[in-house]
Amino acid sequence: MNSYLFELKEGLIISFKAIRANKVRSILTTLGIIIGVWAVVTMSTAIKGIDLAFQSGVSSLGSDNLYIDKWAWFTNDTPWWELRNRKNLDMEDYERFVSLAELPLAVAPSMFSRETVKHEDKALEFINITGTTHNYLETTNLVMEEGRFFNELESDGNRNVIVLGSEVNKKLFPLGNGLGNYVRVKGQKLKVVGILEEQGSWVMGNFNPDNQVFVPIGFVFKYLQRESFGSITINVRAPNSTMVEPVKEEAIGIMRRVRGLSYDQPDDFSINQQEGLLSEINSTIGVIQIAGLFITGLSLFVGAIGIMNIMFVSVKERTKEIGIRKAIGAKRRTILGQFISESAVICLLGGTIGLGLAVLTSFIINQFLPTAVQIDAVFLAIIISILTGVLSGFAPAYTAAKMDPVDALRYE
Amino acid sequence: MNIINIEHIAKIYQVGSEEVHALADVSLKIDKNEYVAIMGPSGSGKSTLMNILGCLDTPTKGLYEFTGVNVSDMNDNELAVIRNRQIGFVFQTFNLLPRSDALHNVELPLIYSGIPYQERRDRAKEALGQVGLADRMDHKPNELSGGQRQRVAIARALVTDPSIILADEPTGNLDTKTGEDIMHLFHLLHEQGNTIILVTHEEYIAEHAARIIRIRDGLIESDTPVVNRVETKSNGISLQS
Repeated sequence: MNSYLFELKEGLIISFKAIRANKVRSILTTLGIIIGVWAVVTMSTAIKGIDLAFQSGVSSLGSDNLYIDKWAWFTNDTPWWELRNRKNLDMEDYERFVSLAELPLAVAPSMFSRETVKHEDKALEFINITGTTHNYLETTNLVMEEGRFFNELESDGNRNVIVLGSEVNKKLFPLGNGLGNYVRVKGQKLKVVGILEEQGSWVMGNFNPDNQVFVPIGFVFKYLQRESFGSITINVRAPNSTMVEPVKEEAIGIMRRVRGLSYDQPDDFSINQQEGLLSEINSTIGVIQIAGLFITGLSLFVGAIGIMNIMFVSVKERTKEIGIRKAIGAKRRTILGQFISESAVICLLGGTIGLGLAVLTSFIINQFLPTAVQIDAVFLAIIISILTGVLSGFAPAYTAAKMDPVDALRYE
Repeated sequence: MNIINIEHIAKIYQVGSEEVHALADVSLKIDKNEYVAIMGPSGSGKSTLMNILGCLDTPTKGLYEFTGVNVSDMNDNELAVIRNRQIGFVFQTFNLLPRSDALHNVELPLIYSGIPYQERRDRAKEALGQVGLADRMDHKPNELSGGQRQRVAIARALVTDPSIILADEPTGNLDTKTGEDIMHLFHLLHEQGNTIILVTHEEYIAEHAARIIRIRDGLIESDTPVVNRVETKSNGISLQS
């Protein structure tokens, strides 16, 4: 045991000497590993960031929420044309649902539309406009930054009031004077009564509340989308996560009644849940992860081949040295260890530098994604680089170890 | 006691379909503290014999006992241990590690025999001191003259306190004067009690030894004591101990 440690130590010292003696070559060789490790760590960090962003985006929807909709978010068993032929959900359905449902914490209708939102000379195109009622906020996790959500009076009376998502507010009112100001939608002047707190979940696209505005649902029907053409979504919030299932069961029963379905007819509505979205996202992330790590893994592999190549050259070039070492008593194992540890040290140096670069890169990524280099990625990178060195150094080292001392000494 | 006892060894190489007998049938004994020169023209089998004597190679046939141990059938690693502990090599081309300083070159065999740092440093310094290079320890081979390089090589051969010192044309790459100095060092080492085997093709160098073994066509042609040994002059070279 002691002699192995001794050989390891001496092997490492000899490796450092050899690496220092061939500086330029060592640096060039290391470059492959630096880039490889940098790519792997940066990629895994970015994926982690995307994952976190998705998760936080989804959770901003609220995990206790159900969305009763004409359309299903994930159409696994029902063909899309059947979904299309379903009867639209309308405000009447909503009213009847509200009057019958007992379990939900809050219920609110929502109707989506897209319009240009203007303030003076600034115009934002294709902004998601959600028409809803005063109790919408209670069905979400959204929090007001400034002002308030529109109240019952305003939503029942279809007043021209609007609540802005943080990003819309920033773009229309860069000076921060949005509250109490006016914006125009379809020629209508709407008063800004509130601004939402930033959610920061950019990946959620259409769902991103930062890039939305909220108006009374009547406004949407009146100016943007005729009620008879569109189908509303009924947002239902359960009091807590254990109540999600009972609320869902109740909702199905009520909706079947409201829609007048007989017992042998299938549901003509869908109850959507964040859970479905999560599993969908997780499988997408999984694919990104595998593809990303595979591609970056390839670059590491190419780096490893570079190491192997250079170690073969190094062994050939140092044939005479190997002969001398063997003549004065180096065993096969010693020579093997010397070259393996040399390539492991090169890789470890490269891995450490690559890791450092990845940490720097992660600060840049952090501007866009909520992420940082994970501690397990650090250990993984170090282990991977040592392993790469040992594996790619083995074949050249073995060639060196089994050289015949007489031939090696004669080599010029 | 014989340090080297060789009985009927042969070394046969397969070159294409032909068998080449580099050594046909060689037997010889060398005692402790002998000073032997092995001579022969190129192609005589002299180098093959030296490789076998130095445990760099094993004979195809025959018995080789080194310090009473049969080494003819040993494997690579066992031979490495013998070379490391029992044999000091001195080569014509010095064979020092070019990127390491003199001290590291000399301590290298001790690294391979697992001697701890401080002890091997001390021993390497002592060996370099013996050959008069105490002030050149941190010099790399290309910063040393030919004679100094060969003295580093001799220090490396001495440092393990080996049973034999095997010198292959040690003066072949040196001028006459420097060669003379190196031969004087061997003379002093012999007087100290070391066993020295000198491989050379130069009559004059061989006559420094006490016994000359001549090889021709893979056989021992003659094995005779030297009557008029060449006396070496110190020229200021001495063994410090």
